[in-house]
Amino acid sequence: MIAGKELQGVIVATILLLIAGALPYYGSDYLLSLGITIAMFTVLATSWALFSGPTHYISLATAAFFGLGTYTAGLGIETLPFWVLIGLAGVLGAGLAALVGLATLRLSGVYFVIFTLGLAELVRQVITWGQNMTGQKGLYVLTDFTEANLYQMLVALGAAVFLVGWLINRSRLGFALRIIGDDETVAAHSGINTALAKVLLFMVSGAVAAMTGAILAPRYVYIEPALAFTPLLSFQVVIMALLGGVHRLWGPIVGVIPFTIILETISANFPNQVTLFIGIVFLVIVYFIPRGFAGLIEQMRDWSRSREGLT
Amino acid sequence: MMMKRRTALTLGAAAAASLAAPRLALAQSDVVKIGAVAPKTGPLAGGATVTQWPNVALWANQVNAKGGLMVDGGQKMVEVIEYDDQTNPGETIKAVQRLATQDNADFIIAPYGTGFNIAAAPLFDRYKYPQLAVSAITDQIEDLSSKFNGMFFLLGSTTAFVSGVVDVLKGMQNAGTLTGNKIAMVNVADAFGIELAAAARPLFEAAGFDIVYDTSYPLGTQDLSPVMKAAKAAQPNAFVAWSYPPDTFGLTEQAIIEDLQVEAYYTAVATCFPAFGNRFGAAANGILGAGGSNPDDEKFKAYAAAHMDVTGSAPDGWASATTYASLQILEQSIAAVGLDREGVTEHVKATTFDTVLGDMSFNANNFNERFWTVGQWQDGVYQGVGETGREGAKAVQLKQGWA
Repeated sequence: MIAGKELQGVIVATILLLIAGALPYYGSDYLLSLGITIAMFTVLATSWALFSGPTHYISLATAAFFGLGTYTAGLGIETLPFWVLIGLAGVLGAGLAALVGLATLRLSGVYFVIFTLGLAELVRQVITWGQNMTGQKGLYVLTDFTEANLYQMLVALGAAVFLVGWLINRSRLGFALRIIGDDETVAAHSGINTALAKVLLFMVSGAVAAMTGAILAPRYVYIEPALAFTPLLSFQVVIMALLGGVHRLWGPIVGVIPFTIILETISANFPNQVTLFIGIVFLVIVYFIPRGFAGLIEQMRDWSRSREGLT
Repeated sequence: MMMKRRTALTLGAAAAASLAAPRLALAQSDVVKIGAVAPKTGPLAGGATVTQWPNVALWANQVNAKGGLMVDGGQKMVEVIEYDDQTNPGETIKAVQRLATQDNADFIIAPYGTGFNIAAAPLFDRYKYPQLAVSAITDQIEDLSSKFNGMFFLLGSTTAFVSGVVDVLKGMQNAGTLTGNKIAMVNVADAFGIELAAAARPLFEAAGFDIVYDTSYPLGTQDLSPVMKAAKAAQPNAFVAWSYPPDTFGLTEQAIIEDLQVEAYYTAVATCFPAFGNRFGAAANGILGAGGSNPDDEKFKAYAAAHMDVTGSAPDGWASATTYASLQILEQSIAAVGLDREGVTEHVKATTFDTVLGDMSFNANNFNERFWTVGQWQDGVYQGVGETGREGAKAVQLKQGWA
């Protein structure tokens, strides 16, 4: 069933996954803390691209789902096992995505973008209102998980996202989404239930972001709305995914890794000019690599092939 | 296209090289490396640039002007490594990790903000850094210090702050300056505001006060005029706002516009900022605020003058001096036990320190029990009026109009 080239891809992916998953055994604590950031954004950007890549709907709701997951973990940590909370966060994330999707995915273009941007603020205000009514303050998530534990949970979640993404690409659903992305009217006329397909993918994306939030709650220890629902997160995810390229499953990860390393370099060496340097980096990205690293890599491959052909 | 690709690759290589390059310049043992993580950008940057960063600069400047820290009988210069956490706890964690493992900082100054201190606590604990938390006010001190052995709390607890306000109002009532028991209370619907309001309701009621108006407004509310109008309509004797910096200013502006007639007027965070006194001038007189200090104390005077001299700005009337005191504690502990971090933690637990705020020591929960709770603008100076064991508190004055 699996063609030779795909088998090769699967083997390479598995080896890379094992190398990444074993980081706590050979990397320093510092590398591990960088690794958590990379793993977190890889999971978020890849799951974002699963939905936004084929459909071209730009979602800014990542922070809403992430915060929902963080709060699920924060509220339940005293009563439920952590594994259950991660699963519950996924279910709640998917549920919220379904609600939002059914209400808004019939909208297109800028309306959808604006709604998703508002969603994080909406959820945040609901939680703040709840706190204000009950006098409930910030939540403490005190656990015995080490950074290595959390990192490996994220890598496992990342592996699951890649697997799901790969399966969707091979399925009728993936095919339907690519048609929707090319021309939604044509897709509808071909008998594709466009709303259902979009909502399903949005649910996957929302569930993954919520699970990521739940996994990271023990790292933040203290959870309050301003920290859990920071809108910057949504934008960072979009930028990293676009930097990598959203037309390939492996695209976002080649954006996340250099972006995180550049950001780390900047904040370590120029702590007073972080925002300025991030702005310059964005300009460089937009001007020099508009199709993302994935596009650049493919372009270089084509170029070297055509040179081989010439000689 | 070739050019462009090469440019991008060069940029990437440069970034990778500078990340990999060890900080050779810092790898000298004749300096003591002090890490500092706090916001320079983001929502909390405004507070941190008044309270946190100037004191770090002042302290390092003074220590190096003296020839350095006393360490094991000799002297070593201080080198401060500063990072901006962008008001993002993920960045705080990364920066503390970087300081501990890449920069090999000898000590790290506690971050700015309650959530940020708690987020960083597991890392301080893992690398055995003492964490002298100043800008972190909570009622969970006992839990946190039992989990994180080196975590200390200098500025106070939530309940103590509310009790301070209740005591001040009760005192005014007993003195006959507060003629009724009606309180209008508002709070910003965000972490610290919610926490203070929730603690205040039962305490006010137990003290015999009647909360005639009780509402909240979202963080970042621009138009506070409806809040002030409604508070005025309830005809309170005292107005209490558990507020953050922007609304501390906004509410006071509205109180002046509405000509709110109360005998006591309290706003919380940032009332003690020099900018508050500058903004409202004579109208600020009589306004009560969170935290205080004794500006007539000789030590405080010397500190404030040096602060002005080195950083070009005045300290605030509350957490500034406490932040500076935390650095004095660190300095005195290093002089006593050297650069052994666990030794410093044990020394802090066991010792009474001579600081800008007077003697300071910690109880079994790593809690400094003596601090300022309430202050008041009196003749253009922010004076401490409520404390839990500090000397030099002034008598509370009646709020008399807004002229």
